[in-house]
Amino acid sequence: MGITLELIVFLILAVFIVASSILAVTTKRILRAATYLLFVLFGTAGIYFQLNYSFLGAVQLLIYAGGITVLYVFSILLTSSQGDRAEKLKNSKMFAGLLTALAGLVICLFLTLKNTFLPSHFEHGELPVSAIGMSMMSGEKYGYILPFEVISVLLLACIIGGILIARKR
Amino acid sequence: MIQMEYYLVVSTIMMFAGIYGFFTRRNLLAILISVELILNSVDINFAVFNRFLFPGQLEGFFFALFAIGVSAAETAVAIAIIINIYRNIRNIQVKNMNELNG
Repeated sequence: MGITLELIVFLILAVFIVASSILAVTTKRILRAATYLLFVLFGTAGIYFQLNYSFLGAVQLLIYAGGITVLYVFSILLTSSQGDRAEKLKNSKMFAGLLTALAGLVICLFLTLKNTFLPSHFEHGELPVSAIGMSMMSGEKYGYILPFEVISVLLLACIIGGILIARKR
Repeated sequence: MIQMEYYLVVSTIMMFAGIYGFFTRRNLLAILISVELILNSVDINFAVFNRFLFPGQLEGFFFALFAIGVSAAETAVAIAIIINIYRNIRNIQVKNMNELNG
């Protein structure tokens, strides 16, 4: 097994994602945490592109990196004052959280690496957008018309709920 | 050739970084950022399992797609609630939220 370009790209993405996600939960300033979250989302979109799911990567960039992060930055700027730092946590609580997360990580990694999955193989080949659209709009078997409609109702309810909760009284 | 497990290791580390942040952060927006990390790692798992184990089908792809939409909705409502809390008590630290005003 040689070192291919694909592997190098994956390793760069993996280091980028892991470092950014750890920094996002350990940095003291909340605006920096939002920026590191943006980096994590970019790296995830890169993984989707590498898996040949360009549509999913584009959706990730549009909704997550373009929409949600802007929402976060606005709400952070609205709710925190200049030079706001995360308050110091008690050492025992910090240690308990770290221990729990590390124990869970070790158990999950052990199970994942120990488990024998179905024979996996990676086939190159782009998923055509027409196939995505056809199966999203079909009511046949393996069609996704019902979740599509349900999520449209959910988004409408969320718009109304957001306005109702956040409006001035 | 990249093995499937490499992707799973990355998403597992991302998920437990999110869980660590969820336990130790004391700011509502920082907690929401940690939840976002957890949801994102699950999306990676869906896409990877779909691509490597069942490349002819689209279940994981659509689960990831709908999960992105649902998490966008969740974030919007959560930020509306947080801004409403800020308007009421001028603070979004968890320790100040010890009473509910109906």
